[in-house]
Amino acid sequence: MASFKPTKIQVYPKLGEKVTQDTLYWKNYKAPLHIKEFGAITNIDFSPVAPHNFAVTAFTRIHIYGPFSQEPLKSFTRFKDTAYCGRFRSDGQLLVAGCEDSVVRLFDVSGKVALRMFKGHTKAVHVTDFISDRYQILTGSDDYTCRLWDLPNATELNNYQEHTDYIRCGVASKLNRDLFITGSYDHTLKLFDARVDKSVMTMDHGQPVESLLLYPSEGLLVSAGGRYVKVWDLLKGGQPLVSLKNHHKTVTSLCLSSSGQRLLSASLDRHVKVYNTTNYKVVHNFDYAASILSLALAPDDESIVVGMTNSILSIKHRKSLEDSKEISGQQRRRPSYRVFVKGKNPVPKQDDYLVSKPVKQHLAKYDKLLKIFNVTKALDTALATWTRHRKPEITVSVMKELDRRGTLKNALAGRDEQALTRLLNFLIGNMVDPRFAPVLVTAAEMILDIYRSVIGQSPLVDRQLLRLQELLEKEIDYQQDLLEVMGMLDTMFASSFPRMEVPCPGISRANGLAGGDGITLRPQIQAT
Amino acid sequence: MVGHGDIRVVHRGGSKINSRQPVITQDSRFLLCASGECVKVFSTSTEECVHDLRGHTDAVTGVLLKPSNHLQVYSCSADGTVRLWDFTEGIHIKTYVIGYPVYSIYASAHHEGVIFVVTPMLNDKRSEVFQLVAVHLPQSGDQLVEALELSAVLSDVSSNPSAIGFGNGGEFIASAKGLHLEVFFFKKQKSYRFSLKEDNKKGGKNTFMCVACHQKEDCIATGHEDGKIRLWRNFNHKKEYTYSTLHWHHSAVSSLCFTPEGTNLLSGGLESVLVQWRYNQESQRDFLPRLGSAITHIAVSPDGALFCTSHSDNKITIIQSSVKVSAVIQGLVKGESVRTDLMVDPRSKSLVLNGKPGQLQFYSLQRDKLLYNLDIVQQEYIHESGLEQFEVVKAAFDASGSWMATVEERNQKAAELELNLKLWAFDEQTQSFVLNTTISTPHEARITDMCFCQAADSQTTMLVSTSKDGHFKAWQLSAAAHTEDEGPSWSCDFVGAYHGLVPERCCFSADGSLLAVSFQEVVTVWSPASWELLTTLSQPPQAIRDLCFGRLSCSKYLLGTTASKLLCCWNLLTCSLEWSTTMDVSLLLADPLTENMAAFCFQAGGTDLFVFKPSEPRPLFSHKAVCSGKVTRAIFSPREEMLESCEESSQWLNRSQLHFLTQYMDLMTFTTKAEEDRLLASSRQLVVDDSVAMTPFYLLLGKHRQQDTEDAVSSSLSSDTVPQSSAAIKQLLQTPAHVMPSTSYLCSMFVQSLLISVTDTREENKHAEEKMDSEEEDSEEEMEPSNPRPQQASEGGPEAPALTKAQLRELRRVRKQDHSWSAGFL
Repeated sequence: MASFKPTKIQVYPKLGEKVTQDTLYWKNYKAPLHIKEFGAITNIDFSPVAPHNFAVTAFTRIHIYGPFSQEPLKSFTRFKDTAYCGRFRSDGQLLVAGCEDSVVRLFDVSGKVALRMFKGHTKAVHVTDFISDRYQILTGSDDYTCRLWDLPNATELNNYQEHTDYIRCGVASKLNRDLFITGSYDHTLKLFDARVDKSVMTMDHGQPVESLLLYPSEGLLVSAGGRYVKVWDLLKGGQPLVSLKNHHKTVTSLCLSSSGQRLLSASLDRHVKVYNTTNYKVVHNFDYAASILSLALAPDDESIVVGMTNSILSIKHRKSLEDSKEISGQQRRRPSYRVFVKGKNPVPKQDDYLVSKPVKQHLAKYDKLLKIFNVTKALDTALATWTRHRKPEITVSVMKELDRRGTLKNALAGRDEQALTRLLNFLIGNMVDPRFAPVLVTAAEMILDIYRSVIGQSPLVDRQLLRLQELLEKEIDYQQDLLEVMGMLDTMFASSFPRMEVPCPGISRANGLAGGDGITLRPQIQAT
Repeated sequence: MVGHGDIRVVHRGGSKINSRQPVITQDSRFLLCASGECVKVFSTSTEECVHDLRGHTDAVTGVLLKPSNHLQVYSCSADGTVRLWDFTEGIHIKTYVIGYPVYSIYASAHHEGVIFVVTPMLNDKRSEVFQLVAVHLPQSGDQLVEALELSAVLSDVSSNPSAIGFGNGGEFIASAKGLHLEVFFFKKQKSYRFSLKEDNKKGGKNTFMCVACHQKEDCIATGHEDGKIRLWRNFNHKKEYTYSTLHWHHSAVSSLCFTPEGTNLLSGGLESVLVQWRYNQESQRDFLPRLGSAITHIAVSPDGALFCTSHSDNKITIIQSSVKVSAVIQGLVKGESVRTDLMVDPRSKSLVLNGKPGQLQFYSLQRDKLLYNLDIVQQEYIHESGLEQFEVVKAAFDASGSWMATVEERNQKAAELELNLKLWAFDEQTQSFVLNTTISTPHEARITDMCFCQAADSQTTMLVSTSKDGHFKAWQLSAAAHTEDEGPSWSCDFVGAYHGLVPERCCFSADGSLLAVSFQEVVTVWSPASWELLTTLSQPPQAIRDLCFGRLSCSKYLLGTTASKLLCCWNLLTCSLEWSTTMDVSLLLADPLTENMAAFCFQAGGTDLFVFKPSEPRPLFSHKAVCSGKVTRAIFSPREEMLESCEESSQWLNRSQLHFLTQYMDLMTFTTKAEEDRLLASSRQLVVDDSVAMTPFYLLLGKHRQQDTEDAVSSSLSSDTVPQSSAAIKQLLQTPAHVMPSTSYLCSMFVQSLLISVTDTREENKHAEEKMDSEEEDSEEEMEPSNPRPQQASEGGPEAPALTKAQLRELRRVRKQDHSWSAGFL
């Protein structure tokens, strides 16, 4: 006598991203904090010294936020026009910013009024940075020039006029006081040496360059422009190392994680992508609500700050260890597993008389009902709210089993308005799911057959039937579109595939057969 | 034409055991059932077959214990005889010649010396009308007796044996046919006839299916087609009869049986549930559900302690009266057709084919025993007629037997086909196949063929499946998935197509370097390493039916058969047609161990067999008219031990055996004369004596005797190697007790004899010399297998090969165990 075999619940392969170490790491952030700024946020810069405040440049202001503040600690508002590129000096005392009115201003972080004004550019200044000796600054402007300025007496030290378009990004070396790199809309990156009067290295990015990033070791340079992120090896004379095309709109900002193992890129396509810096594969992806203009990571990846075109600043803080402990603490409150297993597997002694008890088979509720051929109730159990919403595959499997037993029609028949509505709701929710469609289409046909005579008696059911019809019509349209696309792709593949000639000796050629045709290699969904 | 020599086509196992109601003996130790042309005696406790009662020349149609002697049994057969047997010894006692085909047999203790048989109406042997005849068995000492005193009791009875029954200790006999129940009272010599209406109002069908009569009271239970059971009482009146109706079964009741005391009524049918009704308290029922398949017969032992049910899947279940299954005797399950091909499991060397619905059966050909069923579908089987269920349609093994692929399919409507491809890994620990990967809908249409890459040394296993959707797919075992908890699983490696044609057959070459796929009339040859199309071969104008690579020295040949009665052989080195011949080959298969190929040709209503080598123009062997009808399933199965046949015509049977299934689902094989002789000899030696009680002494002796027989087999030629001890024991056991000397005298001799054959562990310590001697003996024994070849060659006759090393080791282990026992006893 065999035991009852429970209904087989179809296991579907999990689609979507796999859980990796990176997913866990980058998911471990709290819900984002949104702060409304006055305009599009063009730059975010973290202070290099604790407590790691950050300066947010948006419209005509620069706000400085503390690591956990929701209100700005300080704001610099003395700009005549849109401010650009507010950056901290390496000691966190000074802040420099460009402006649309071509004047570069230097602020004391504790003060309010600009300490120095650097006038000389003729157009908007989008790039400012401190040189690593702390007493010079670098600026780049839309007048195609980049200049070096002396801080103490606010004089221009040097002027480089090599770019042929707007200069929109630049970075100064942190290890060498003479080196800095600028990127321009003329598609080039130029490495300048302050000791000579011209650039020492030029790299062609191929697209207007939007952002630059130097690795901490300064051997590698990352540039972003257009949809591309490119990595250059400076030690090999600016040889391109890798070109990444993972965004589908212009990449606007770049940033490295604190360990240097991950590179982040933000783009107008509203995504932030995380790359592994050893193989440059995308390991994680963040979605944001609007196009992203600026991105910064706090030291030790404590928070991710993103500025968007809709003037929203999004701050995500890392979950602290205590938070994660709290969750595990909750789980521990349940009775321990040991309580249940106590006395579960005692070993009989030599003199004991063993009374064997038939092992009771544990069955799910719907299986118990199926075992006693109570099909309607089994279907009702499988349609219970929790199962229906959380595990639709169980509901569908039970329907499939009923269909196999030839009793699906009996189970579907004889329902009142409420039960039928629930069933139709389930159908509307899951009908177009390709995993469930074959079973649910059969069920839907049966429902229509059974309840044809009562259509029109209940407005609720009628409305749902109309919704179902609409859904199916839409789905049919989609499928048709997809088939058209498939047809187009097939012709493209057929024309691009090289015709293979089969080496046939004379005899088999006499068969009048041509060579083989194209072979398509298609990955197959596979279930385990 | 090559002469047949001494090769014969014989039935090999797998006969039906569920055709008639089985019989349990008085002491409940044996179960007798009709099986083909013999009666099989099974032990109810061990499920083993104890004897075959052979002698009938046609199908046995009934088995019945002799009412006056519970150690004898009648069997009737369609050959027109009734035979009397002693089933404990397996001895044929008497034959009564009736002269007409007998369809069933009945007897009652009330009627001494009379048996009742169902025969066709006397005037016409072919007629479909049957009558119940009383046969007075003449008292005579002869073995062959002609029974002439026949007298008709009832005319127009059913040929179904369960439609007739004796009631109330033999006072009346009840017979049901169609819508009529007829009861004949022997005392009054009068019969009453009761009729039911064809259909009642609720659409029930009243046709009688079976009859059972109460042994103590006047009560008849009848089973009906609509699942009702009627209990008839007061039927010795024409008018005032009454009946009550019991209804539980949803489809026809196929068998009914009262327990001997009459306290319970058992019923069974298609639902495969045994229902036990309390007599006079019919609302109380016990159920034994999920017995596997439809119940065809129910029988109860004379003491009421055991029930047995036979099932439509060639199975007999023995059930204790506490409604607990105690033993299952399972024969080879043969449905209408074998949808999977016949296969041989490379590990157990058993024959694999689909058996019960949704399962694969592993059947040992050597022991004629079903080893186990593997549940492929893993779903609850619903016993209802007209329901489309999942069927196993394809299965394949890889070369080492560590992977098995199965395809199951359910085709409810023409539009929607449900397909599952499952891959099973052999688990060393549980010694069975464990499901590894399920691929649902591997193809969009029916799978036509499937094969594993047979190369033994390849690192990766590969499976190729072809389908009616015009594609063939290669599946490969891919390394562990992303997460660590999952093992390796199978995934699609390649999808191939050729001009949108439908692939029919696929075949790997012996070394796995080539894959041939037939697309209707074109054979394409691919390289599995790079998935390049290497060449195409074609023989117009008909579709390829079978495709097969040659093996070993003939591996350069690819053979194909076409629907247009053509057998082609291509040479793959030149890509040209080597030869072709016109024959309607229904099946072509290659022997995996040799170069030989077998072709079954359908010609003029019969099938011929040709065995040939692709490289040689003349066939090695041919056999005209192997059987009638087409042969579509056959298999070469490797032999356990090689035959040493010198005759050219039978050499192809040396390493493997050819089994095939006829149109009527009979499993046949080819044997040589020598093989048969040996089989007969060994069967004589190995008769199981079930009469010895299980005592410690028996355990000791039993082991010795086993060893003895094995020794005897191993050394049938060199008798001087037979251990002295076993001869002594044999003598001891065979001599009658009254001629033997006293036990006290014998005992020391007996123990002495045991001591000589083996080395006692305790004595080993004391007598180092003896140990050395014994080791020398052992080493001699071990040497033996290496040098018997020349001896055998000189003898020339058929013989059993010597014991292998493993067997010897086992023997020695057994001996040691024996001694540990005797030490404990002393």
